[in-house]
This record gives sequence, structure tokens and C-alpha cells, in this order.
Amino acid sequence: MTAMLPILVPLLAAALALALPGDRAPRLVLLATALFLPLVALLVMVRVHESGAIVVHVGGWAAPFGIAIVADRFASIMVMLAAIVGAATVLFSSGEAPDPRTDRARSTLILALLAAAAGAFLAGDLFNLYVWFELLLVSSFGLAVLEGRGNQLAGGIVYVVLSLLSSTLFLVGAGLCYGAVGTLNLADLGVRLAELGNPRLATVLASPLLIAFAIKAAVVPFVAWLPAAYPPLSSAIGALFAGLLTKVGVYAIIRTSTIAFVQEPEVIGFAILTAAGATMALGVLAAVSQAEIRRILSFHIASQIGYMLMGTGLALVIVATTPSESVRAELATIALGGAILYILHHIIVKTNLFLVAGLIERRRGTTELKALGGLAQSDPAIAAIFLISALSLAGLPVFSGFWAKLVLVRAGLDAGAWIVTGIALATGLLTLLSMMKIWVEAFWREPVAAAPPPREPGPGWRPMLAASGALAAIALAIGLGARPAWWLARGAAEDMLARDAAAARVLEGGPETPTGERREPRAPDPEEPRR
Amino acid sequence: MALLALAVLVVLAVAAPFVQRAAPRRAGAILAAPILLLAAGFLAELPAVAGGTFASSSWPWIPDLGIAFALRVDGLALLFAILVCTVGPFSILHAGESLAGHPRLGRFQSTLLCFMAAMLGLVVADDLILLFAFWELTSFTSFLLIGFDRERADARRAALQALLVTGGGGLALLAGLLLLAIAAGTGSGPVFSVQGLLESEALREPAAWPLVGPAIVLVLAGCFAKSAMVPLHFWLPNAMEAPTPVSALLHSSTMVKAGVYLAARLSPALGGIALWDNLLLGFGAVTMLGAAFAASRHSQLKKILAYTTVSSLGLLMLLLGLGAAKAAAAYLLAHALFKGCLFYCAGILTEETHVKYAEKLSGLARLMPMTAVAAILGALSMAGAFPLFGFSGKELALKAELAAGSFGLPLVIATVVTAIFTVLAAVLAGIKPFVGAPPRLDEPSAESHADDRAAGPRDPAWPRLLGPLVLAGAGLVAGLAPGLFAKPMVMSTAASIAGSAVPESPLSALGLLWPPTLATALSIAALVLGIVLFALRGAWRRATDPIAAASAFGPDRRWNAALDGLMATGRLVATLLRGPTLTGAVRGALIAIVAIIGLAAWRAGPRPDLKEAAEGTTLLDGAVVAVLVISAIAAPMVGSRMGTIAVLGGAGAALAAVFLLYGAPDLSMTTIAVETLVVVIASLVAAQLPRIKTISGAAARIRDLGIAASFGLLVGWLALSVAGRSELKPVSDEHVLRSVPEAYGRNVVNVILVDFRALDTLGEIFVLGAAAVGVTAMLGTARRRGATP
Repeated sequence: MTAMLPILVPLLAAALALALPGDRAPRLVLLATALFLPLVALLVMVRVHESGAIVVHVGGWAAPFGIAIVADRFASIMVMLAAIVGAATVLFSSGEAPDPRTDRARSTLILALLAAAAGAFLAGDLFNLYVWFELLLVSSFGLAVLEGRGNQLAGGIVYVVLSLLSSTLFLVGAGLCYGAVGTLNLADLGVRLAELGNPRLATVLASPLLIAFAIKAAVVPFVAWLPAAYPPLSSAIGALFAGLLTKVGVYAIIRTSTIAFVQEPEVIGFAILTAAGATMALGVLAAVSQAEIRRILSFHIASQIGYMLMGTGLALVIVATTPSESVRAELATIALGGAILYILHHIIVKTNLFLVAGLIERRRGTTELKALGGLAQSDPAIAAIFLISALSLAGLPVFSGFWAKLVLVRAGLDAGAWIVTGIALATGLLTLLSMMKIWVEAFWREPVAAAPPPREPGPGWRPMLAASGALAAIALAIGLGARPAWWLARGAAEDMLARDAAAARVLEGGPETPTGERREPRAPDPEEPRR
Repeated sequence: MALLALAVLVVLAVAAPFVQRAAPRRAGAILAAPILLLAAGFLAELPAVAGGTFASSSWPWIPDLGIAFALRVDGLALLFAILVCTVGPFSILHAGESLAGHPRLGRFQSTLLCFMAAMLGLVVADDLILLFAFWELTSFTSFLLIGFDRERADARRAALQALLVTGGGGLALLAGLLLLAIAAGTGSGPVFSVQGLLESEALREPAAWPLVGPAIVLVLAGCFAKSAMVPLHFWLPNAMEAPTPVSALLHSSTMVKAGVYLAARLSPALGGIALWDNLLLGFGAVTMLGAAFAASRHSQLKKILAYTTVSSLGLLMLLLGLGAAKAAAAYLLAHALFKGCLFYCAGILTEETHVKYAEKLSGLARLMPMTAVAAILGALSMAGAFPLFGFSGKELALKAELAAGSFGLPLVIATVVTAIFTVLAAVLAGIKPFVGAPPRLDEPSAESHADDRAAGPRDPAWPRLLGPLVLAGAGLVAGLAPGLFAKPMVMSTAASIAGSAVPESPLSALGLLWPPTLATALSIAALVLGIVLFALRGAWRRATDPIAAASAFGPDRRWNAALDGLMATGRLVATLLRGPTLTGAVRGALIAIVAIIGLAAWRAGPRPDLKEAAEGTTLLDGAVVAVLVISAIAAPMVGSRMGTIAVLGGAGAALAAVFLLYGAPDLSMTTIAVETLVVVIASLVAAQLPRIKTISGAAARIRDLGIAASFGLLVGWLALSVAGRSELKPVSDEHVLRSVPEAYGRNVVNVILVDFRALDTLGEIFVLGAAAVGVTAMLGTARRRGATP
């Protein structure tokens, strides 16, 4: 039941935010819930790390007949990250002026989004994953159009159209899988696809689903929606999306390709590596050329999705091609652990960079580089937070991104994947260039003559700065104390790669074995209505 | 000691801004004094290190990955540590004076101290990853320091350029180090310990060559970028935008030598491998000669010194390539002493006279005698004049080259020519400003203060004078009596480079001068020819103008073009990724989807069993399918929205019929309800919209038709070929079995919805709720916007 809390708490809160009377109630419910969720996530994380993965068979129906909620180490880390992102962005947005007309809808949708993200991370069932994807899409689209700034609707439409395409493919893929092997449980899918005895067909079944996730993750060539949808968003919502949305797609790719579609890891791994290389390179090239902070950051999201995919693809290829068993296990764990470490660091850092953009906008009224300048002088706090986050993103030692990059590059070189490793390194340099471009233009250069003087930060500045500062502190801690972060990531990777154990946990640990034996009928409940 | 020194530097870096605020006038001295104590501490370790006992310590950092926080102080590390801890405080003292009153002085000192910590960490690190971390930190602090005058565009450009060149080299280095570590580990995990790497036999095994070969290229790329080897040298002269203390510390005596340091550090493991040696020799020689030539044509003080620095770095690389450990160690020390001294003197000259060009300065010896002493001693050492330590360094280098056999001859010639240019540069930068006619500085620049003008140029106070005097004096003492400190330093450093103790040989200037050898003769000839060239420098510059013009299109000019090209490419890519239009984006996505799934399907080659699929089909089935197909085809053909909606409604009805035929009446009813609502609502909306205009041409329409049709056919084909392939029973069978006995429900669909898969239903309820909330809010904002257009 503990594992359900990260879903149920925000869902309940969403209902409360919608229903409670009073103009201020929704904001309060949102803030209280968002700040409480990290504690819930911590509870789940501690439980999982103490006594192994938690499998909840919802409604008491054993897998694969009911829905399984699976909280393993990877899922618990992701739930924690989602909770942190939620807390930081909500705290940040508590500094924005209340708007009684949209606050209720906004609070409800943010809570629904947080529930959906947690659901997607915990789902052990393909269709259940689909449902959370839908909730994620609907609530995020609602949020995107809610504030109605500038061309938000136009950007939102690109997002929603491509997302619907993704949903269609997801549904087609789920349907095909069910048609082929008659199950939707991810672990059971892996088992039954193996029984099918046709690895190539298994890959065909995987392809629509993986593409659906790739659209969500903004992988080249499905990246169009991201630069259209993110830049016009308000700071807090932009940061929330930047931290969570694409990562749900990446997570689904990692989850399904390690437990369900494991028949041809070398083929799927190679496809993922190809996409990873293209995404890293093209994303960063596009980012370097932009002249507005949020646009730069948006393209960087895509670019960094590439790193996460690189680790995933490497792990799959290593699993398929390394002859020595001990080397294989170690190397694949390192590669996938690198991907997970990258996600861990990226979610914190990227969210914070969007928040920093919000801080800058609050002070200067713009995030266009050519209209900025002199921020290092006027706002040393923003400068420090930006520098920590930017250097983390660029992977400068000993900031958080360095370790993730180091582990990935080491795995890539060890596996002989020269091209993608080279791209990863070059991408790091271009990331540094674009971050320092922001630094030089917005922070170092004197403000242009025509620029308006800095505005007074006004009320609510403190929670905004606190949210951003807290994320910077976390990023710094991940970098300096790399050991615990790597311990988390590595443990998560071990869980993911020990597929047989993972499947057995879901399929055998339930209220009954899935062999079709009946459990004792419940005592008839006279109150229960007959259908 | 090393850890203590690192800690002290970090503490000072944190404290610097506060110290600066609390005691603005004495802050420099307060910050510098502890570091000089550290230098003394390191010097005290010299006898032990020269005797072969090295202090080392190690703490686990990320043991899972084999990464440790390991420090080790051998001869090579100690030499650099002493340099950092002596030149460093001089820079801090200098900055405390020359930047006095600058609002960002505190932060500047802090960054300078950060750099010193990073540089010290780099040389004492005994773990490749730790070393790399410090390496990158020196690049980044260098970026901050070059860009200190951030209001000037040139400074910003130079800073970014230095960061990108050294940072790019850093990435190559990271890959190279990892490859070396992997190769040394031979399959049992990488060896990140530097000592472990140096002791590894595996690197020289032929089996390791596929890793070691690329590793050598990558590591050297990193070293060459950092140490400004041609063609990656251009950032260093530009980095002279930085204030003097930075140029003296980072860009002559320590940071730019990091590449030399690493090449020296890895020499015991990789020296003797042909690729390693030849790359060092080739790039070293070209850089040495080319940069010296460039230096001979410049007249701006700091540029002269920058180019001769590049040239000296080339010589050092060359010596490492020759395996001349002792010569490299001696020249390393000599260069750090005289070049640091000359940079401080150049800074003092420019600060006192506000003149940047050596040609405009003369006769200052009477006005600033102490500066003159330091500068002339430094220049003599740089020129390789007896009895300064520069003489010893050059002598040893020539001897090593002469001993290198047949291919040593071109190297000797190149070195002698370089020496001639270097003499010219040394005389111009270090001697000429102080001799000759007294200066006529009647046109002081606007930025000089009134009282400055009244006083004219004069020797600065001790904080700025201490550095150059000490360094110049050290150069003299080292040449006359190397036993005091130079000899143990050079011998222990050479032992680190060679991997074992090197034989004793004379190091003092006198010992090298007498008995005379061919090297001595060449050295003296270079000195004489250099002075001649100095006298004829006007003619020399005119004569070499064509060569300079021909090479003017250098990397620095190309830098801007390369950045512009990168930006243009990036904008193109951005447009491509965004998709030109919404439809373009969707079209691109669809093509990719069809291609990928199609490829997967083609590999697997599933064949739909049409016969089996057709079995049991009735005429009614056929009719329903016909309606479906016809409405699908008709939908885009009908010219009006209403028509399309109606046709799609027909398709919906046919779908409902399919459900009805295959035994799902409830699903059928739901479908009919939904389709009816959709038709009604869509019609209401469509009635408000303008007519459809035909925008796309026939070709575009056919293309889109093709994409749509292939997508549909692909999915249909897959559905037919995949469904029912296996004998596995779908879980819904189990649902049917369990519905009544366990879930107490006779309507299986209902039981699935509210019991077996209740969580999905809960989620979908929230999907609908969220949609309703979103739409309501959207309508609200739209109405508001409508009210205030």
C-alpha cells in the first residue's frame, strides 16, 4: 500500500483543490501537498531500499490478471525526483501573485500531473501506464494553455497533436501485444514474448510502443513539440514540465526495454544508440544557436535525453554482445547506472535552470540574451545558482553532470562504441559553450543602454529564491558526494538488469500464483450488490 | 602536506573577499603570507623527495568505480607545487597593488586562490579522475580570470575562446585517460591510480595497442590544447587580456605547463612508444620555431612574452619526446623563473608608463632601478646568457638534441634558430626599455591619474617588486650554485619523468661552460646572432612581412568564422527539429514512424494468414467492412467539414456494428453513444467555422495520402499477422472465469472496469476531470481575452 501513496495522495489533493470552497484553498492544498510529497517518496524509497521492491496487486488481483504497481529502486528514485521537482516548482510558484480566476484549475491540474507522473513511474502494467500517460497529457495541456500568454496556444497545439499521435501508437502497440500474447502486465509480457519464440516479431511489437515513448521523450526525429511548447510557458510550469514530462518517456523506454522487450537487445539497443547520438548532437547544435534562455534550455533537454538513451542503449548492446558473464553484468550495470545517474542529476538541474530563467524574468522582465546584462553585478545570488546549475549541466567536474558523463563515457569506451561516445563528449563541450554564452551575455556583459533598470523583486521573492537555492544545493551535493548518488543509480540499474528476479517478484509474489489456481472464495458479503 | 596546502588554499579562497573588505590595504599581504609558508613547507620536503621518499595518501571517493582521492608528492609534483606556492603569492601581492580599489578585487583574489588550489591539486593528484577534475577546474578558473575585465568585449571573447580550446582538449583528455585506464586494467576494471598506471605492464603489450594508440592521440590532444601547441596555440596570446598577475601565474609559469606536466607524468608509461615520441617531437618542434618567429615580429610587451612562452612550451614537449628528462626538468624550472619575472616587470612597466609597446620605452633604468635589475636578469636568463639558469637549461637541451643522433640535427638547427629569436625577444622586452635615452612620456594616456603624472614612472612598492626580484635572484642563484635548491629539484623531477633516477652531470652554468663543447659554441653563437638580429630588427620585420601576411589567416581569424558557422548550422538544425509548420512536424513524425515500424516488420516478415482470417466471414461482415473502408476513403475527399463529420459518423456506426457482430453489445452501445455525441458536437462547432480552403496542391495531397495510407495499411497488416499467433491464453479468459466466483459480478466488462482494473478506471476518471477543468479554464481565459482584444 505504501507504494500507492505517491499516486493516491496527490489524486486526493487534486479532488480537494477542486472542491474546497474559498479562493485561497486550492493554492494552500497545492503547497501543502507538494511539500508533503517528498516525505511520502522518502518513505517509499526507504522501504524499498530496506526490504526490496514492493509489488502491490491492486484490488487483491494477482498479476497478470489485475494491475500490478511495482516500486523497485529505480521507480522509487523517480518518484522521489518527481516529488522534489513538484515541491520546488510549487514553492517557486507560491511566490507568484495569486489569480483567483485560474488558481483552482491550476492547482488541480498540477496535482493531477504529479499523480500521473508517480503513476507512470510505478505502473507495472502497460495499459495502466497508458492511463497515467493520458492523465499526464491532459493535465499538462490544460496547464500549458491555462495562463494564455502569447503564442502558448500555438505551442500547446503542436504538443497535443504529437502527443495524441504518441497515444495512438501506444494504444496500437498495447493492442498488438495483447493480441499476440494476451497480456498487459510488463513482466508477464517479457515471459510470454519469450515463449512466443520469435524474437523478431517481439521487436515488431516493441516498435510502436518505443516510438510512442520516444515522442514523449522528445527524441529526434520526434522533438518538434518540445521547443514549441516549453519556451512560452510560465517559469514554474515550464520548470515542472522540463523536469518531468520527457523523463517519463525515457523511463518508459528503459522500463519496457529491460523487462518486457528483451528478445533482441542488440537490435533495440542499436536503435536506441542511433537515436541517442542524433538527439544529443542535433539538440545541442540547435541549443547553441538560440538567443533566448528558455529556448536554449528547451533544446538542451532533447540533447540530454540523448545521454540517458545512450546509457540505456549501451546496456542493451552490452547485454547482448559481451561474452564474459561477469564483465557483462558489471559493464551493463555501469552503463544503465550511468543513464539513471544522468536522469537523477538532469531532473534537478534542468528544473532549476528553468526556475533561474524565471528569477531573471522577474528581475528584468525578459529572458532574451540581447536585452540582458550585468546580472553578476546586480544579482549575485542568481549568478551563483545559475553557475552551479550551468556547470552541472555542462558536466564540469566536480559538479553533478560530470559523474554521469564520466560513467557513460567510460561504459561507451569500454564497449567500443566510439561514435556515440565521441558525440557525447563533443555535446558536452557545446553544452558548456551555450551555458557560458548565457553567462557571458546575461551576467558579465554590461546591460544594454536601452535596457530597463532591474525591477524590485517584490513580494514572494523569498520562496522563489529558496526553491531555486534548494535545488542548487541538491545538485551540488550530488556532485561533491558522488558516492551516494552513484550507489542509488547503480542499485536501480541492478534491479532493472536482474530481469528474471524482477519478473518473478511481480508474477509470483502475489496473492496467488498465476497458474490458474483458485484462491478460496471470499465469504459472501450480504451487503455487496449483485451485478 | 599536499592536503594541508589544498585546505589552506581553499580556506583562503573562501576568506579572500572578507579579508579584502576588512583590510583593503593589507589584504594582499595577509593572503600571500600563508602561501609563502606553504612554499617553505614544500621546500623542506625537497631533501626527502630527492632521496626518493614520497609522501602519499589516499581516501576512498567512489570506491564502486575505483576512484580515490589520492595524493602523491614526487619530484615532478614537488617542483610544480613549489612554483605554485611561490609565484602564486607574488601574483596576489601584485594584484593587491595594481588593482587596489577595484570593486571586484576580493573576488579576483578568491578566484586566483581557487586556481592555485586547482593547479596544486592537479600536480599532486595520484588518481586520473581527480587529476582530470583539477585540470578542468584550472581551465574554468582561467576562463573567469581572463574575463575579469568583463566589460570589455575582447576580454569576454578571449575568455570564452580559452575555455573552449582548453575545454575541448579536456574532453579529448578524458577519453584518452579512460582508455589508458581501461587498457591498464586488462578487463578487470579500469586502473585510475596514476602510480598503478605507470607500473602497468599491460600498456606496452601489443594486445593493448587498439586502446593505447587512440589514447595517446587523445591525451596529447588534451595536453597540446592546454599547453598551446600549434595549431591550438592561438588562445594563449589572446589570454593576455587578463591582468598581469594572471598572465604571470597562469599563462606562463603554471597552468599552461599543465599539458607539459601531464606529458611528463605519463612519460614513464608511454615514453619510447614511437607514436608518443613522434607526436611530441613534431608538434613541439613546429610550435617552438613558429612561435619564436612570431615573437620576433611583435613589439607589444605581453604579446612578445606570450609567444616566447608558447615557444618554450614547444621546446619542453620536444625534450619530453626525446626522453631528455633532465634537460626538460632544468628548462622547466628556468623558464618558470625568468618568464614569471618578466611578466611582472612588463606589468609594472605598463602600469607605470601606460605604454604597452616595448619600442616606445627606453632609458627607464634610472627612474626604476629595482625593476630594471629584475627585468634585465630575467631577460638574460631567457636569452640563455651565462651564468644564469636559463643558460644551463638551454645548454642541456642542446646537448640532449646533439646526443639524439641523425635526426637530432634538424632539431638542433631549429633550437638554435629559436634561440636567436628568443634572444631578440628577451632584449626587446627585458632590456631595451631600461637602457638608452631617457623616456619622453609627455603624452600620458587619459586614464592615468594627475598625481601619477606628476611623479612619473618609478619603482613600485615592495609588494609588486618582491616577485620579480625573488624570481630573478633565484634564476641567478640556480645558475651559480645549483646545489642550493635547483639541483635536487631538477634531479628528482627528472627521475619522475624518466621513471628512475637519472645519472648525475653538471648543472651549474660554470660546469656547463667549461670544458666547452659543441653545445656551448652553438649557445654562444645564438646569443651573438640574436643581438645582431635585435639591432637589425626593423629590417627583419620588413623582410618577413610577406611570410607573416601569408600566415595571417591563422586559427584566430578562423575562430570567428567557425563560431558563426556553428551558429548558422545550429539555427538550421533548430528549424529542422521544430518542423517548419505543425503539419510538417506531424508529417515528418509519421514518415519516421512508418519507416521504423515498417523496417521492424520487414525484418520479422510476419505473413497474415488471410485464409484463416477470412474463414467464417459472412456477407454481413463484408458489408460492414465495406462501409468502414468507403467512409475512411471518403472522409478526406468530401469538400466540406459537415460532410467529413457525417462520413466519419458513418465509420463510427460501422465500428459499432463490428462490436455488435462479435458479441460485445455493451461496447457497441457505448460506441454509438460516443459517435453520436461527437457528430453532434463537431457539427455545432463546424457550423461556426469558415469553409475549408484548398491550400495544398495535388502533389502534396498525393504525398499525404501516401503517408496516411501506408500508416493505416501497416497497422492493419500488423494486426492481422500478430493477433492470435500464439497458443497463450489471454488474461481475459481468466477474467471471465473469475468474474462470478471471485468478483461477484455477472457483467465481465463491468467487473473488469470496476474491480480487475479499477485503478485504470480511477485514472481515466481523473483524465476526464482534468480535461473538464482544463477546458473550463481555457474557455475562461479565452472569454477574458475576447473582452479585451
